[in-house]
Amino acid sequence: MIPASFDYVAPRNLDEGIRFLEEHGDDAKVLAGGHSLIPLMRLRLATPKYLLDINRIPGLEYIRESDHHLHIGALTRYADVEDSLLIQSRYSALSDVAGHIADPLVRNMGTVGGNICHSDPANDLPATMLALKATMVAVGPGGERVISAEEFFVDTFETALKPTEILREVHIPRTRVGTGSAYMKLESRAGDLAVVGVAVRLTLDAQGTCESVGLGLTAVGPKVIQPKAAEAALIGKKLSDDEIRQSASLAAQEAQPTSDLRGTAEYKREMVRTLAARALRRAVERARGET
Amino acid sequence: MSRHHISVTVNENKHEADVDSRMLLVHFIRETLGLTGAHIGCDTSDCGACTVILDGKAVKSCTVLAVQADGKALLTVEGLAKDGRLHPVQEGFLEKHSIQCGFCTPGMLMASYWLLQRKPNPTEEEIREVISGNLCRCTGYVKIVEAVQYTAQKMSGMDIQS
Repeated sequence: MIPASFDYVAPRNLDEGIRFLEEHGDDAKVLAGGHSLIPLMRLRLATPKYLLDINRIPGLEYIRESDHHLHIGALTRYADVEDSLLIQSRYSALSDVAGHIADPLVRNMGTVGGNICHSDPANDLPATMLALKATMVAVGPGGERVISAEEFFVDTFETALKPTEILREVHIPRTRVGTGSAYMKLESRAGDLAVVGVAVRLTLDAQGTCESVGLGLTAVGPKVIQPKAAEAALIGKKLSDDEIRQSASLAAQEAQPTSDLRGTAEYKREMVRTLAARALRRAVERARGET
Repeated sequence: MSRHHISVTVNENKHEADVDSRMLLVHFIRETLGLTGAHIGCDTSDCGACTVILDGKAVKSCTVLAVQADGKALLTVEGLAKDGRLHPVQEGFLEKHSIQCGFCTPGMLMASYWLLQRKPNPTEEEIREVISGNLCRCTGYVKIVEAVQYTAQKMSGMDIQS
């Protein structure tokens, strides 16, 4: 199958790209890694008039830490996240995710920004961004705008980005002492989309009490789900196994799964409960420095 | 639809062509260049039969546009053998009888080649992981893994156990 006809443009810098979108934003799609967009175009589920390829714009592929944030350029490939020693040593949930998106060849092309902007609730990064309390830096005609993950994911395949904006960078609050995170994914075969996925990041204070937590659920709703009751149940707790199980049960209740080829709604809800408990336990271990 | 003049180095030879914006890289390779080693299997970036090396990275050429390869270097399975001599990874596949119907073989070779470039002594787990995006419908994975192990040993000059 071949995509429907389109015009291809490859700007050399972001300004050029934004100017193009100001004129044609409603008829254009931004091409990053292309591993969601090109299949959609081949199936004619997406038929943009213009394809704006941002791969020729320099300076959008990087991973670095500043005083308060981890910064990931929108065009950073999954493979680079997977191979990053900084991420392996300090951002475990991202490291867990990066090694489990599709397969290694897809990870050579697929990008962090593309995954996020695609806003497929079955993709692994949106839920991870919720759990990590990430913010997205978008560039548009009026300059830059910062959007929280919670606001960013609006619906299936829909984000808060305007047609004239391009995602430039993702900010993730820096890992502190006592922070641990994890991503758990259930897939029915290697490289498949998640049946269910759970992302968690929490920070324990010096007494081992949970002072902050973020959770995100993959593939159990029209958009990624932040189970707020499950989060609230953990704050101020020592995170005993009972407390973890209680929170996991709340997360399962907050999930909105539907039955499909990957499983029934009941099965997925049960898997949220199981994976949430496992992810929380692993994050606690990591926060305590046990693994 | 826009047309684009592209210049791509393929197996160390420079090629120039005018391509439609919607032409996929695998079609450029097979139809414009006539290199039919890269296969079209699933068409949806699952099966890996179309795997080629683009600027040093193994990618699925069914999910890349030909125009995206402008200015880049491409290695296809036809470029593995040099001066009439098979690349060690090709010899490994022959030696270990790792080919059944052969449809997945070019993709398997390119993914394995890419792995060995990065990790000359991969573990079995690393081999299985790297070919996890390459499907063998004959399910001949055991022999493929053995071929990559054999190649790794051969390339490092170690004794090869039968």
